[in-house]
Amino acid sequence: MSLANEGLIVARTKMRKRGMLSYKTRKRLTPLFYVAPATFLFCLLMLFPMITVLRYSLMDGAIMKKDAAFIGLQNYETIFTDPVFWQSVGQTLYFTVMSVIFHLLIGLAFALLLNTQRVHPMIRSILRVLYILPWLFTAVIIAIIWRLLLDPNGVVNSILMTLHIVNSKVEWFSSTKTAIHALTFANIWAGYPLYMVSLLAGLQGIPKDLYEAAGIDGANEFQKFRYITIPQLMPIIISIALLDFIWTMQVFPLVWMTTGGGPIHSTEVLSTYTYKLAFSSYEFSQASASAIFILIISMGATYFYIKHQKAR
Amino acid sequence: MAKRSFKSTVLPTVLTYLGLAAGLVFAGFPILWMFFTSLKSNTEIFALPPKLLPDHFTNVAYLSIFNDPTKVRFFLNSYLVAGVVTLLTLLIAILTAYGFSRYSFRLKNTLNVFIISTQTVPPITLLIPYFGMVVAFGIFNTYFALILTYMVFTLPYAILLMTGYLNTLPKELDEAVLVDGGSSWTALWRVIIPLSVPGVVATAVYTFLLAWNEFLFALTLTKSTDMRTVPIGIELLMGQHAFEWNEMMAMSVLGSLPLLILYLIAQRYFLAGLAAGSVKS
Repeated sequence: MSLANEGLIVARTKMRKRGMLSYKTRKRLTPLFYVAPATFLFCLLMLFPMITVLRYSLMDGAIMKKDAAFIGLQNYETIFTDPVFWQSVGQTLYFTVMSVIFHLLIGLAFALLLNTQRVHPMIRSILRVLYILPWLFTAVIIAIIWRLLLDPNGVVNSILMTLHIVNSKVEWFSSTKTAIHALTFANIWAGYPLYMVSLLAGLQGIPKDLYEAAGIDGANEFQKFRYITIPQLMPIIISIALLDFIWTMQVFPLVWMTTGGGPIHSTEVLSTYTYKLAFSSYEFSQASASAIFILIISMGATYFYIKHQKAR
Repeated sequence: MAKRSFKSTVLPTVLTYLGLAAGLVFAGFPILWMFFTSLKSNTEIFALPPKLLPDHFTNVAYLSIFNDPTKVRFFLNSYLVAGVVTLLTLLIAILTAYGFSRYSFRLKNTLNVFIISTQTVPPITLLIPYFGMVVAFGIFNTYFALILTYMVFTLPYAILLMTGYLNTLPKELDEAVLVDGGSSWTALWRVIIPLSVPGVVATAVYTFLLAWNEFLFALTLTKSTDMRTVPIGIELLMGQHAFEWNEMMAMSVLGSLPLLILYLIAQRYFLAGLAAGSVKS
C-alpha cells in the first residue's frame, strides 16, 4: 500500500540538493518517522508497565519496600487461596455474562425497531439520538442516577409498591440479595447503545434482494429474520459481544460508586478486589498478581477477537 | 380482506410504535428524572407520591455549584485535561494513521495488532505500574500525570478511526503534491488533513468523550481537591454526610452537557466513524 512513486520522485527532485540520505534509506525511514511518536508512547505506557506489573507480582512488598525481594509465585498462591477472590471471579462472570446477553437483546430489539419502514424516517432519527443517550453518560453519573432511582425512598420502590409488586421498601444496593442484580441492571441500561448503533449499521447493509428472494420462496417474517437477518448480523454480533465481554469484565467505576463491592463482598468484582488490595491494603504485589490474572483473561478474549477480525 | 389488511399492516405498526414508546421510557426516564431532580429543592426529592416535575422549579443547586470555586475548579480541570489530551491524541494519531495508510513497512502488522490489543488491556492492570511510575517521575497529583496516562486509551481508537478515514482518500492526492516537488509532510498537512475534517471531528469528539469520562486514573493519580476532575468531584459530593441530591444531579447535568453538545454537533460523522472503527478495526 505504499506510495510507490514517492521515493522515486523525492529522489529525483531532492537527492542532488541534500545528497545525505540515499533513496533507499529515505524510503525506509519516512513511514518510521510517522509512526515513531505513537510507538514511543506505546512502549512507555504499555510495554514497560506490563513488564513492571509482572515483576511486581513476583516480589514481596513492591512499591512499599525499597529492596523488595523476588519470591516467585507466592503472591499468586495467596490470592488463589482467598475465598473472596473466587467469589469476585464468580460475581464478575455473572455481571459480565448477564450484561452481554441483555445488551445484545435490547440493542438488537432497538435496532430492528429503528430499521422498520413502518415509522416515519424523521421519528426514527430523533428516536435514534434519544436511545443513544445512556451511552454518553460517564459511569459515575450512571451510578448516581440509579442510586437516586433505586433509593429505598426512591421512585422505583414507590412505583413497585403502588403496583403491589413488592410490599415493603427494597434496599436495592444495600442488601446482599439484590445488590448484584441492581448493579447488573444499571450496567445493562448504560451499555446497549453500542450494540444498537453497530447492529443498525449492519441491518442497513443487508442487501434487499435477499429478503425479496426469500419472499418469493414463501418465507414468513420469522423465517426471514432467522435465516437472513441473524446470519448476516452474526459477524458484528460476535465482534461487539467479545469487546463488550472484555470491557464489562473490567468494570470499576460503576461498582465503586454504587456499592463499593459490598455489602459483605456481595458485589465484589475483580477490579474492585484488585483496587482494594493495592490502594486500601497497600499490598501492591498481591494486587499485581490479581491484575495479571485479569490481564490473562482479557488477552485470551482479545486473541479470539483479533482472530475473528482477521477472518472477516 | 379487511381483517387481513388489519393484521398485516395496522397491527405491526401499532406494535412497532408500542415498542418504540417502551424503548423511549426505558432510555429516557432515568435521564429526565436526573434533569428534573436537579431543578428541585432538596426537600422535594423524595416527596410521596413521587413527581417527575418539581412543584417549584429552583436553580438553587446550579447556583451553589457556580458559587463554589472548588466545584468550578472540577470543571476547569476536566476541560483542561480533556482538551489537551484531545489535541495531543489527534496530532499523534494523524501522523500514525498517515504512516499506516500510505506506506507499508516492516513491523506494520505487529504494531497494528499491538494497537488493537491495547484497546482491551484492563485499566486496573496498568494502574498499578502507573502509580509506581508517576510517583517515581515526581508527577503524582499533576495534570501531566493524567494527560500522559489518558493517551494510552485514547490513542488506539484515534489511530484506528483516522486510519480508516485516510484509507478512503485516494493516494493520487499525495502523488500530485510529490510530483510538484512537495514532501509527504506537505501533502499530509496541506491536502490530506483539510479533506479529512469529518474524520478529524469524529476522532476529536470520541477522544474528548473518553478523556472527560475517565474515572480510575483520576481517582488514583491525583490527590488534592484542586486537581480533581468532574467524575471525582461527583464522587466527593457523594462522600459527604448528607446527600445533596439536587446538587449531585446538577453536577451530573453540567458534566454531561459538553458531551451532549459535541455529540449533537458531530453525530453524523461520529456514528459512521464509530461503527467503522469498532466493527471493522
